Amino acid sequence: MAMEYSEKVMEHFAHPHNVGVIEDANGIGEVGNAKCGDIMRMYLKINEDEIIEDVKFQTFGCASAIATSSIATDMIKGKPVSEALTLTNQAVVEALDGLPAVKVHCSVLAEQAVKAAVADYYKNKGIPCDDCLCEHCPAGGCGREEHQ
Amino acid sequence: MFVYADNAATTAMSKAAVDAMLPAMHELYGNPSSLHQKGREANLALMAARRTVAECLGAKPEEIYFTGCGTESDNWAITEGARLGAAAGKKHIISDAIEHHAVLHTLAKLEKEGFEVTYLPVHENGIVRLEELAAAIRPDTCLVTIMYSNNEIGTIQPVREIGALCREKGILFHCDAVQAVGHMPVDVVKDNIDMLALSGHKFHAPKGVGALYCRKGIKLRNFIEGGAQERGKRGGTEAIPSILAMAAAMKESCDHLEENMAKVTAMRDKLIQGLSAIPYSRCNGDPDHKAPGIVSFCFEGIEGESLLLRLDLAGICASSGSACTSGSLDPSHVLLALGMPHEIAHGSLRLSLCEYNTMEEVDYILQVVPQVVKELRQMSPVWLHMLEHMPDPYQSAQ
Repeated sequence: MAMEYSEKVMEHFAHPHNVGVIEDANGIGEVGNAKCGDIMRMYLKINEDEIIEDVKFQTFGCASAIATSSIATDMIKGKPVSEALTLTNQAVVEALDGLPAVKVHCSVLAEQAVKAAVADYYKNKGIPCDDCLCEHCPAGGCGREEHQ
Repeated sequence: MFVYADNAATTAMSKAAVDAMLPAMHELYGNPSSLHQKGREANLALMAARRTVAECLGAKPEEIYFTGCGTESDNWAITEGARLGAAAGKKHIISDAIEHHAVLHTLAKLEKEGFEVTYLPVHENGIVRLEELAAAIRPDTCLVTIMYSNNEIGTIQPVREIGALCREKGILFHCDAVQAVGHMPVDVVKDNIDMLALSGHKFHAPKGVGALYCRKGIKLRNFIEGGAQERGKRGGTEAIPSILAMAAAMKESCDHLEENMAKVTAMRDKLIQGLSAIPYSRCNGDPDHKAPGIVSFCFEGIEGESLLLRLDLAGICASSGSACTSGSLDPSHVLLALGMPHEIAHGSLRLSLCEYNTMEEVDYILQVVPQVVKELRQMSPVWLHMLEHMPDPYQSAQ
């Protein structure tokens, strides 16, 4: 059965935004695992006012993993860290005009990657961050039962 | 440039098939079971098609049953082979780990019904070992089902030797030859095959038609009740246009088998050679026992679906694992059976060629794939982690 991706997904997959590495990033998060077939790594450059000045990502995964990473970086770029922490996977799915049911876990991964990168930023500063936890995000996995 | 390199999924119809099909749709509308002239006309055409298919396989016309697809043929042969065994008190079946789901899922159904199935390993090269088959045979083994050639990695099994061993032991041998017929010589007598499944659309016939060969003397039970068609074993009015088109396509493929094999093999070998130059790539399946048109590679550090869709954007139709696998999230059972780790199996690409492809298309593929692999690697954290333990092959190449 062929997978139907929205035009938005294909646009972000074909020309992803914010791909790459930030050498002087002050928050880096990596989630997923290669066994599941998806890994996202997110780099944040957060300024003194706690605004995300720059964000970049690297993703190993399918078209929807790349598209969710791309749009998630768009959604948090230039925003305060507090606002980035409110990003949900549903918002990512909506921004992409939907994802096939079997690919929704990619949007969870995108939310998780943002939170992991912010958590890393606060950890570097020695500040606890309860909002950095993703309650519905699986720990270290891809959200698929057989790989837990 | 547009390149269709997914011929193991399905092929374009040949002119011969279309030329056989169209008049059949216009003129041969009679029901072959009818006694009047339109019926007789259709029945004569059906008989001729059955002879053609039989001749291409080295079989007798009465040993050919037309079906709806290769999957149906596999279901029928395996289910009935198992039931014949059960009637004689034998409920053990031998197969292997890289069969198509048409076979594996039928076997899973039989396991639920109380049959026991041994799945032979295929090892790193994707080929079953005869001594392991011999060792797996038990007094209650009733059926061996092993494919002719694999749909994902193209490996060709030692079918003739498997058949000889089964014949010696008095065990039925079914062979899923869906990927082989029309692409390599298949002779049911020389290859010692008792039952064989084939599918028309893999060799330029339309979708929705296949055949089952069943050696004379094997008492198949009816698969579909309700009519005298296919000697009463598969009721339902015959799909005359599709059957005639399949016979025409099969005859054309068999008549040009050697030249097609030479042409396709040359393109395959050039592809394998060119793709092998990509760093951290591996070609899957035994290089010396491989179908002419199938090329399977894994590229470390990238994921197959992204690769596939990037190639699609560049005009190249390919596949990652089998088409059935691309709808699920798990990497292909075939690649995992070769002992490949999940993370590498995720980065698989299958290019399948036929005689309609050209060397120019192969050159285009070889121009695009290395570039796309490189781009995907540059955005892959897995590749980044690999670079922590190895020199960057793209840097040193410059």
